[in-house]
Amino acid sequence: MRYMMLIHHDEAALANAPQKELWADYAAFNEALAKAGGGMAAGERLQPASAATTVRAGDGRTDVLDGPYADTKEQLAGYFLIEVDNLDEAIAWAKRCPSSRYGSIEIRPLAETYPRPDLSLRR
Amino acid sequence: MVRGESNEAARAAERVARESYGRLVAFLAARTRDVAGAEDALAEAFAAALHTWPTEGVPHNPDAWLLTVARRRQTDALRRRTTRQAGEEHLKMIADEIEAAAEAPEDIPDRRLALMFACAHPAIERGMRAPLILQTILGLTAIDIAAAFLIPPATMGQRLVRAKARIRDAGIPFGIPDKELLPERLDAVLEAIYAAYTKGWAEIGDAASIALAEEAIWLGRLVVGLLPDEPEAKGMLALMLYTEARRAARRSADGAYVPLEQQDTSLWDDSQIGLAEALLKAANAAGPSGRYQIEAAIQSAHVARRTLGANTWPAILALYDHLLALIASPVVALNRAMALAELEGPDAALAALAPLSADKRMADYQPYWAARGHLMARAGLKGEAHEALTLASGLATDEAVRHYLRGQIAALADG
Repeated sequence: MRYMMLIHHDEAALANAPQKELWADYAAFNEALAKAGGGMAAGERLQPASAATTVRAGDGRTDVLDGPYADTKEQLAGYFLIEVDNLDEAIAWAKRCPSSRYGSIEIRPLAETYPRPDLSLRR
Repeated sequence: MVRGESNEAARAAERVARESYGRLVAFLAARTRDVAGAEDALAEAFAAALHTWPTEGVPHNPDAWLLTVARRRQTDALRRRTTRQAGEEHLKMIADEIEAAAEAPEDIPDRRLALMFACAHPAIERGMRAPLILQTILGLTAIDIAAAFLIPPATMGQRLVRAKARIRDAGIPFGIPDKELLPERLDAVLEAIYAAYTKGWAEIGDAASIALAEEAIWLGRLVVGLLPDEPEAKGMLALMLYTEARRAARRSADGAYVPLEQQDTSLWDDSQIGLAEALLKAANAAGPSGRYQIEAAIQSAHVARRTLGANTWPAILALYDHLLALIASPVVALNRAMALAELEGPDAALAALAPLSADKRMADYQPYWAARGHLMARAGLKGEAHEALTLASGLATDEAVRHYLRGQIAALADG
C-alpha cells in the first residue's frame, strides 16, 4: 500500500532541539528510506507555518487569510511518501523518522482506484 | 434425557459451524483485508449451516460444505455487481480464493490468529476490539454482541462496519507480529477476549451473557492452541476457567448473592479447576509472570484456601503486591487491601485504602464502596459503614448484589 506520511511539528520544540544532531539524524533517516526500500520519492520540507496563506472561496466571495489553516500547536511541516505492505510497516517508518520526536506523524493511505491486496501472503 | 442429548448435539454442530466459519472468514479476508466482503461471501452458507447441521448432522468436511454453498452465491453476487468498480476487485479476489479453497479444502491455512491480531490492532478503537473478534471469528450477530455490551444494536452494527472498513482502508496487516511487537499486540488480543469474558460474567443469569463467557473461553483455548509458547495466553485461559468454575456457587438456590468466602465449594467445577491449575503450572514454567498469570495464581490460592483449608492469605497479599507493581490500578489496590484485612485487620486495610479516596474514579465505582463498607463494619465504625454500604447498594446494577448489601446494612443496625 502507498501511504502519505504527514509530518506535524511543534515548531517551538523543534527550534529548541540540538540542530546539528537533528539534521544528522534526518540525513541518516533519508538514506535509510532510500536504500532500505519503502521510500517512493524524496519528501519535502515546508517553511514554518508563519509563511502560510490560507484561501477559502464560497458564497460569492474569497477570503485570503494570513496564516495556516488551523492555529494549533503542531503544524504541517513536511511529508514523505512510502510504498509498503501494510500499516505496521508504515508505523515503523513513522517511528524511525526524527520528526516523530518533535511532534507527530499522520499516516494516510492514498485513495487508490483498486486497493492493493497483500501479496506477501501465500496460501 | 433424549432432549438434552439432542441439544448437546445441536450445540456441537453449531460449534463446528462457527469454527469452520471463522477459519474461512480469516482465510478469505487475509489477502484483501476485506473482512466485510469475506463475511458477505459466507453469510448465506453460514446461515444454512446453522440451520441444517444441528438437525441433519455435521457434514464430513464442514469447510468444503460451506465453500460449496458460498461458491454458488459468490458467482451470482459477482454477476450482479460487475458494474460497481470499486469493490469488484476485492470480490473477484475473494471469489478466486473460494474457487481455489474449494478444490483443496483440507489445505486451508488457519489464519484466525492473524485475523484476531488485525481486530485488536492499535489502530482499532479499544472498545471495538472484542466485538470485532466475536463477530469475525465466531460469526455472532451485531444484535447478540450489542446485547452483551449494552449498546443499541444499530449503533453496534455501524461501529462494526466502520471498524472493518478501517482494517481494509488503513492497510492493517493480517499476520503474527514480529517478536518485538508480539508481547504488546498479544496483550491487546488477550485484553479483548478477557473483556468479552467479563461481560459474560458480570450479568448474572442472563443466557446471552453465559453464552458470551463460553465463547470467550473458547477463544482463549484457540489462542493457547495457536500460540502454545505464550505463557500469558495460558494464564488468561486459566484465569477465566477458575472464575467460570465458581459460576454455580455464586448464587444461592433462591438467587441470592454468595460471596467467595461463603460459597459451597462442592458446587465448584473440579474439572475446570483442574484444567486451570494445569495451565497455570505450564505458564509459570514457561516464562516470566505477567498480569494474567499473577491473577490466575491469586485464584489458585483462593481455591487452595477454601478447599484445603490452607492459609494462603500471605501468598495472596504477596501476589497482589507483585500485580500492583506491574499495573498500578486502583482496582488492584482495592483487592490488595481486602487481602491485607485478612492478615492485619480492617484498620490496616482502611489505612491502605486511604489514598484511593482522592481518586475521582472511585466516586461511582461500586466495589470500592462495598469494600470500604465491609471494612468499616468490621472495624466497628457503624455510621461510616452504613454510609458506604448504602452508596454501594445505590451503585449496584445487579439485584442480587443489592439484596445482599441491604442485608449487610440491616445487620449493622441489629449488631
